[in-house]
Amino acid sequence: MVQKLTNNRETASQTAGPYVHIGMMPSHAGNPGTFAAELGTSPIQEGAAGTPIEVTGQVLDGSGNPILDAVLESWQADAEGRYTGDDSADPKITGFCRFAVDPETKRYRLETIKPGPVPLPDGRLQSPHIALWIVARGINIGLSTRVYFEDADHESDPVLSRIDPRDRIQTLVAKPQGDGRYAFDIRLQGPGETVFLDM
Amino acid sequence: MKDGRLIPRDRSAHPAPRDPDYKTSVLRSPTFPLLTLESTPTEETGPRFGHAELGPLDDDLIRNWTGGKAKAIGERIVVHGHVRDEHGRGIPDALVEVWQANAGGRYRHKKDGYLAPLDPDFGGAGRCLTDEAGHYAFMTIKPGAYPWPNRGNDWRPAHIHFSLFGRSFGQRLITQMYFEGDPLIAHCPILATVKDRSQVDRLVAPLDMKHARPLDYLAYRFDIVLRGRRQSHFENRPEGL
Repeated sequence: MVQKLTNNRETASQTAGPYVHIGMMPSHAGNPGTFAAELGTSPIQEGAAGTPIEVTGQVLDGSGNPILDAVLESWQADAEGRYTGDDSADPKITGFCRFAVDPETKRYRLETIKPGPVPLPDGRLQSPHIALWIVARGINIGLSTRVYFEDADHESDPVLSRIDPRDRIQTLVAKPQGDGRYAFDIRLQGPGETVFLDM
Repeated sequence: MKDGRLIPRDRSAHPAPRDPDYKTSVLRSPTFPLLTLESTPTEETGPRFGHAELGPLDDDLIRNWTGGKAKAIGERIVVHGHVRDEHGRGIPDALVEVWQANAGGRYRHKKDGYLAPLDPDFGGAGRCLTDEAGHYAFMTIKPGAYPWPNRGNDWRPAHIHFSLFGRSFGQRLITQMYFEGDPLIAHCPILATVKDRSQVDRLVAPLDMKHARPLDYLAYRFDIVLRGRRQSHFENRPEGL
């Protein structure tokens, strides 16, 4: 026997289930007014600095069918690559947004500004990116990924440079549609499966 | 010692992403391995929430749907606990969001068509922030069990869904709390996606009579551990990293 390390293991995840919206996005579940103000309705406020963009796409299961009950969360830096909490960060950018798949269009939509490159403590730069976290019925632990843009440096970005096989990098790069609109589908499984992160 | 990177996630503490007994997980689980890397500022930072964003009844599911005008039907309970990191340190101002079925096992969601009726006085959602020591509490009714389409005759044990924000986006966690003594726990394929028995046990909240109030409510205690940040005792970095 040995001394026991105190049991502070992380609590086990469980699926968010099909009714996640009533807790996190009650309006989407048909329950507006549950809370006076819902959280994460937009990552930016009026006057946020930066280039406005819109990212839309589908969340697809292993048979290629769109998942309609998914909830997504995004987290990003401001246009200069600073996160909320940094004293110099843009006060008009919270950086956090929550959005669901629209059952009519079968797509999600995120309206935000394009983030700047984010430095690592050692001075290397991460290419501009938006972190995504995806939960739904059947997802037992939330899936993390990142949205990058077409100008991303695949060779020096600390995440993209580690993706193998290299053709999977394209699953993390949003496709420009013009006018600041980008398409980014998330494939949970199968051909073109999105790279999911464990960081 | 200074705050460092997030402690790598021990995936054996968590459910198997794909489990044929929970059928929906089969087509919704990645087949490629996850790309494991050290956390960066993207994962180490996260949104902040404050009391100004919450309403006075947000932590009272018995009364919040009606704005305090009427009370929900069901066994009155307080659910409380401690939110801490993997070092055992309480996490202040953690956002705790909860949602659940009513006492008959029905969710107030446009997609739930179960036979049990809606309670006109129950919404089923609440939220609160932990105090400076990491404690939270909310008032609710004990949810009912309900059947769901999966295998021949699967029922969910009574449970409350929990969503947690600590200090970092990389700490994000959604889980479910179950109730001590519920015989359906042993039959639940969703709980059984967690393969480590001791981790299953930690999702089951014990009855906590010390926090119950006579002639008013019972209490259950549910502590939650989120990922911690590495403490650097010594800096021994290889050249160039």
